[in-house]
Amino acid sequence: MKLTRRETLALGLAATTVTVLPFRAVAAAEDQIAAFTGGADIGSGDITLTAPEIAENGNTVPIGVEAPGAVSIMVLAMGNPNPDVGTFNFGPLAGSQSASTRIRLAGTQDVLAIAKMGDGSFIQTSSTVKVTIGGCGG
Amino acid sequence: MASGVKPRVKVPKTASAGETITIKTLISHPMESGQRKDKEGNLIPRSIINRFVVEFNGENVIDVTMEPAISTNPYFEFEAVVPESGEFVFTWYDDDGDVYTTSKNIEAS
Repeated sequence: MKLTRRETLALGLAATTVTVLPFRAVAAAEDQIAAFTGGADIGSGDITLTAPEIAENGNTVPIGVEAPGAVSIMVLAMGNPNPDVGTFNFGPLAGSQSASTRIRLAGTQDVLAIAKMGDGSFIQTSSTVKVTIGGCGG
Repeated sequence: MASGVKPRVKVPKTASAGETITIKTLISHPMESGQRKDKEGNLIPRSIINRFVVEFNGENVIDVTMEPAISTNPYFEFEAVVPESGEFVFTWYDDDGDVYTTSKNIEAS
């Protein structure tokens, strides 16, 4: 099979596009969001996501979420191979709709928090975290 | 079973009735993400704790669904209301079916 110069270039381009994997992760994140909200619109409101601006070690990044009146809060790391981080469901005895934990981040990326409110609406916020050393074993 | 799993929980011993208290929990667990490779380049299978539940006298306080992006030795800090004296029960569910439980009593006055 003979390839012209033009065809070779096109092939190279196609290969580069395939290797740009983050697109897949973003699609997975969108699926997760759709599964959580059921396709409802997400507004903004009284939700706080506390995350460091710069995290030296992506293996343990301390984050905190707070959304007064929320039933549950989902946290997503948009740049991770698997964007899902976890969901906090608050019960009747929760003192406040807030929680903090430590998460893994594969690299510099946006962390997203979506809260489901008591009235069924959804609000979100996001925060960019710069990661010096990624937390995915690489 | 993941070895050396040890839950640690910090709950105040006393509180006044209706008070909101802060609870801190830590459990030692490797939380193998399923993304890492060993020396031969084989994927190390995922082995994490996937759910964490706290109840007070049978009533739910918080129920967390966990994914591999939660760090090694999962740590959680949250707040709970103490309406009366009783017992906090903390339960962690492992991927391999193991369940780790610990409980703490609190006196409400």
